Amino acid sequence: MGEAQTKAPGTGTGSQVQASAERARKARVRAHWLLNTPALIILLCAASGPLFVVIIYSFLTPGDYGGIEWAFSLDGWFSVFMQRDIFEGTLSVADAHMSILWRSVRLSLLTTLTAFVLGFPTAYFIATRPRETRNVWLFLITIPFWVNLLIRTFAIMELIRNKGVINTILMSTGIIEQPIQMLFTDFAIMVGMTYVYLPLMVLPIYASMEKFDFRLVEAGYDLYATRMKVLRRIILPLAKPGIVAGSILVFIPSLGAYVTPRILGGGKNMMLGNLIALQFGQGRNWPLGSALALTLLAMVMVALLIYVRGVAKQDSGRH
Amino acid sequence: MRGDTDFAVQVKGVTKVFGTGAQAFRAVDEVSIDIQQNEFLTLLGPSGCGKTTLLRMIAGFEHPTAGQILLDGAEISHLPPYQRPVNTVFQSYALFPHMTVAQNIAFGLEMLGKPAGEVRQTVDAMLTLVRMAELRDRRTDQISGGQQQRVALARALAPHPKVLLLDEPLSALDYKLRKDMQIELKRLQSETGITFVFVTHDQEEALTMSNRVAVMNQGKILQLGTPRDIYDHPAERFVADFIGDTNFLNAQVVNSAGGKVTLKLTAGEEVTADLPGGVAPPVAGDSVTAVVRWEHAKLTAQGAGQLSGTLANVVYVGTDTHYYVELSDGTTFVSRIQNSRDDELTFSEGMPVGVSIESNGVQVVRN
Ligand SMILES: Nc1ncnc2c1ncn2[C@@H]1O[C@H](COP(=O)(O)OP(=O)(O)OP(=O)(O)O)[C@@H](O)[C@H]1O
Ligand SMILES: [Mg+2]
Repeated sequence: MGEAQTKAPGTGTGSQVQASAERARKARVRAHWLLNTPALIILLCAASGPLFVVIIYSFLTPGDYGGIEWAFSLDGWFSVFMQRDIFEGTLSVADAHMSILWRSVRLSLLTTLTAFVLGFPTAYFIATRPRETRNVWLFLITIPFWVNLLIRTFAIMELIRNKGVINTILMSTGIIEQPIQMLFTDFAIMVGMTYVYLPLMVLPIYASMEKFDFRLVEAGYDLYATRMKVLRRIILPLAKPGIVAGSILVFIPSLGAYVTPRILGGGKNMMLGNLIALQFGQGRNWPLGSALALTLLAMVMVALLIYVRGVAKQDSGRH
Repeated sequence: MRGDTDFAVQVKGVTKVFGTGAQAFRAVDEVSIDIQQNEFLTLLGPSGCGKTTLLRMIAGFEHPTAGQILLDGAEISHLPPYQRPVNTVFQSYALFPHMTVAQNIAFGLEMLGKPAGEVRQTVDAMLTLVRMAELRDRRTDQISGGQQQRVALARALAPHPKVLLLDEPLSALDYKLRKDMQIELKRLQSETGITFVFVTHDQEEALTMSNRVAVMNQGKILQLGTPRDIYDHPAERFVADFIGDTNFLNAQVVNSAGGKVTLKLTAGEEVTADLPGGVAPPVAGDSVTAVVRWEHAKLTAQGAGQLSGTLANVVYVGTDTHYYVELSDGTTFVSRIQNSRDDELTFSEGMPVGVSIESNGVQVVRN
């Protein structure tokens, strides 16, 4: 400030103008923050707050009847990955947890893939209908959302159980002798999750296909590309943002799914969501539940990171 | 080469009907046209006359309802676009937005399964040809309209097609760039020796660039000929009206002999008119339409020249002056005269004047 005063009068008024501009800018920023408070409060209370609680809980000791004791312990985190033999006290990898983790990842990937294989042609079909009829198709796609998740899941159960629709038809037509065991298998979980999350794949892909300039397809044909080549070299690359968004939207809820594996997987075929619920319920081990929940969160974030980096690399890799 | 293969493309009685029943619409109506090897042929016509539809049938995006399309003498109507050695420069350019300039140009060559070395060489040659070498690694949404146009051209030329189809490729460009690109296109055509079929609704563009022009209206080709033919000897009223500025005079035939027709105009004067090839000679007493180009008539003093009337309006347009003369029957006749520094004869509005038409300036057209 002192330096500014020693300057020529002309620049003095200049810096006054600057100072008042600066004050106005600061006022604007303050007003901005004020307007943002509701959003910030919601973010803090609804997102960061519970997360913070879960982080703290994961480092505490389980209470005898659920809940927690306020004593620091790493047992929760420890039990996520390792287990101690009750009798001999030896340490080993927590096989049960690992297999549940692996099943979650595997089934979520399979679900995402299946949803893509079914969802992409669907989205393409809708995007290539005349403008007036597209909304009807979109409406049909979203209808299942209106029905309670439990009911939809029970409907799938009705289809695939041993005396369900599919097995009855197959047996009465003599194609099979014995019913095929589909319910309470990983396959059932995957079918259920694909069914439930399919719209989440279709809608983003449709959104990116809708903007797609189909004259580019003609340009491709004109330049000697066959149908497959046009799909691979022109349509898929341009639909990629939608495909990425759809895959993320399907993969993440699949990873933490609770209702579908619970009903269609039976008691044995647990996924992470069920394991976490178990620890907060019958298991009465809230710190372990919290640590498992945070592990799930970490996995989701790693998956997202890999995806995002992969996409960025591909984009910058183009010459 | 002999017989039919003297032609790059032959369109034989091709009709395209869109829709069915009451909705049916004939976009192209029994068009036949033989396009010569290495020709620059232009389809010229007003909006909606079927130019794009005809082009799309040659490219293979639409299938003719009736008729045949031959390429180098072989029938191609049943082939999908990717099996036709024909490339298109789209009106919208349709460049692939997820590829660079060089990748766009390489696309067709890669799809043809050319070895990588050859692809690279051809792409380089094409980039030089269209003067885009510095921008080879730019994304196509990061270059100007004129540059996009050149990339579209290079992309279509790279596989060295037998025929290049261009659908109003210059219409999105400003006047100056358009002029440059017209010259560029002519240069590319003569350097590559490829047959060009060019679509435009700009008559000046058609006349300056083409070896031949096909004038279309309502799905039909009305006249096919060199730019001179089309301009100097329009055979149809529509052609005379669509190309150039033209006066139309109603007249009755007095007598007709040896390609010359003596007409009595509704305005009263008698004039001698030419009969272009393809117009059936009329007989005495027939009602016909005679055309006179604006620039083929001059103003003279009253009493001189073939026509007389009153000068109704004088419009100065820079290079020219347009004189609007009202003839005795009420029709307006326009004469366009190029301005020069030493104009000594000046006419003012309201003056009675004469109109002198150059020899061979009057011509009979089909209605
Ligand atoms: N797919 C289609 N379905 C129905 N009618 C069509 C279709 N494509 C074109 N038409 C009609 O056929 C006619 C000719 O269309 P075309 O696109 O060939 O005109 P154009 O001469 O290229 O016009 P412009 O100069 O405006 O591009 C138009 O009346 C158009 O409405
Ligand atoms: Mg068109």
